[in-house]
Amino acid sequence: MSTEALAEPPKNYEVRPKSSGQFEDDMGELLEVSMGPHHPSTHGVFRMDVVLDGERVVKLKPVFGYLHRNHEKIGEGASYLASMPYTDRLDYFCSMTNNWAYALSVEKLAGLQVPERAEYIRVITAELTRLVNHTCLMGFLVQDMGALGTPLMYAFREREKILDLFESLSGARMMCNYMRFGGCRCDLPTGWLEQAQKVVDEYPRFLDEYERLLMGNEILMARSQNVGVLPKELAVSAGITGPMLRASGVNYDIRKVDKYGIYDRFTFRVPLGDHGDVYDRLMVRLLEMRESLGILQQALKSIPDGPVVDPRAKLRGFKPKAGEAYGRIEAPKGELGFYLISDGSPNPYRYRVRPPSFVNLTVLEDMCLGHTVADVVIILGSVDIVLGEVDR
Amino acid sequence: MKDLESIKQQIEAGVAGAQVSLVPNDSPANQPSLLVDAAHGLAVATFLRDEAELRFDYCSNVTGVDWMETEQKTKVKQVFDGEEKEVEQVVKMPGYLEAVYHLYSMELRHGPLVIRLRTKNRTDEVELPSLTPVWRSCEFQEREIYDLYGIVFAGHPDLRRILMWDEFKDHPMRKDYVEPDDYEYEPTPHDEVLAKSKAHYPAEVKP
Repeated sequence: MSTEALAEPPKNYEVRPKSSGQFEDDMGELLEVSMGPHHPSTHGVFRMDVVLDGERVVKLKPVFGYLHRNHEKIGEGASYLASMPYTDRLDYFCSMTNNWAYALSVEKLAGLQVPERAEYIRVITAELTRLVNHTCLMGFLVQDMGALGTPLMYAFREREKILDLFESLSGARMMCNYMRFGGCRCDLPTGWLEQAQKVVDEYPRFLDEYERLLMGNEILMARSQNVGVLPKELAVSAGITGPMLRASGVNYDIRKVDKYGIYDRFTFRVPLGDHGDVYDRLMVRLLEMRESLGILQQALKSIPDGPVVDPRAKLRGFKPKAGEAYGRIEAPKGELGFYLISDGSPNPYRYRVRPPSFVNLTVLEDMCLGHTVADVVIILGSVDIVLGEVDR
Repeated sequence: MKDLESIKQQIEAGVAGAQVSLVPNDSPANQPSLLVDAAHGLAVATFLRDEAELRFDYCSNVTGVDWMETEQKTKVKQVFDGEEKEVEQVVKMPGYLEAVYHLYSMELRHGPLVIRLRTKNRTDEVELPSLTPVWRSCEFQEREIYDLYGIVFAGHPDLRRILMWDEFKDHPMRKDYVEPDDYEYEPTPHDEVLAKSKAHYPAEVKP
């Protein structure tokens, strides 16, 4: 504890309205705490410098970079295709959507077309990934609230069923490396669609059980309602995307806005929150999973036969024309974008990842001010970060 | 979204003195961009956000690009001793750092509009206006550019390194960055002793 250092507050130090008011007069001795980087509730090697007045947060600065390996520099030194397996490691929960975002950007850069069947496979795998991500996030979040074990294990049980599908499809549970420029690496194995159909058919039963178990729980409601409220205007200005943005009531889903891939063929709704608190973020994710299941049902019924990769796409000696492209998709955590500049050589001149969890952390301090330390853990959990993507 | 040429005219009409030029993009992606002069960067950004027809309220992606000094070879005709000869002339194009912003509108659902700001060179005049006052989403991303490329954003509320550690000196994403041989080298008292001992070596075996 270093109270002397805090006697002279730093230049940009200010107590925001939420923490001032009734507490301003009786602010006692401030305590500086370093939360993390090895704390189990920080979801990886993530640290927060928190200044506390009693139990109340008056300042919070996120510190990260412990997993930084300069992914973008590696991407500039490798050929376009060689970066594909590295994208799996960004957000290691959602390798399929990472693959898709990268493939989409390169397809924009090189002007490749994707065959019908590959588009369907992409939608199916991406929506399965969304199920995996949101299910686990809910498990982690209630674990952070103190519901040890049971909900998380339920979530992991269901996740494993989907990871089994990924394994039989790509050979790996998490590091799938499945998509290629202009399609997918290989066709679906025999019987895969039936297996997927079975998982999708059984999933709503689990979701109902999970919802009954958690969402009406008094403790969960007390801990999460009115905690970490994110106002609409701030969410838009701070570039928040994904379920976090929609929980604040902004209707912006890139699947609807850009209609990338074949998302314009499916009917689904975009769940929105009213209050923008932690509970809304949980609920939006739960509802999004139900919509994903709807998309999956439609896609599994209408998937056509045909090739899974554009025959014009070259794997070796792939050199797009000089130029640049920015492609983005709605990943489970928000907008995942890749910005590529080509100078006509086999390697990209610039390879940039726009990671959703990195940008979503911008408002962490704004959401935490005035709350207690125990709430910081939940608010961070509801942002849904993966450090492989934040630090890159 | 309106085409880039009319947006350019709109900016020039709305922001006095702003110089905007169109940067073409030859790739099939068809995402050309607008190059805005650094002096009017903040004013143009505010205009793009607030103008009712444009309303770019969401700045999605902010990134840096390093453009090295290039040499352009041109053939010039020169007269030597009354005889005309073709001589190759090398013109050095100065390098610069670039900040690229991808803007979208959540309200009107259009985009992307790509704007670029360029520094004067890569060494000492690397200052650009920070657009964090306009879009909060630039806060961490501009810090990242400062960290990895070394562009100094004037007006940024909290410009510190974000991914590398604070004591780190260089900017690793620059094209001419050379990795240190040993990241974990720390000078120890042993180094001083070793340096002193060198005085005792005979001249020919001095390491």
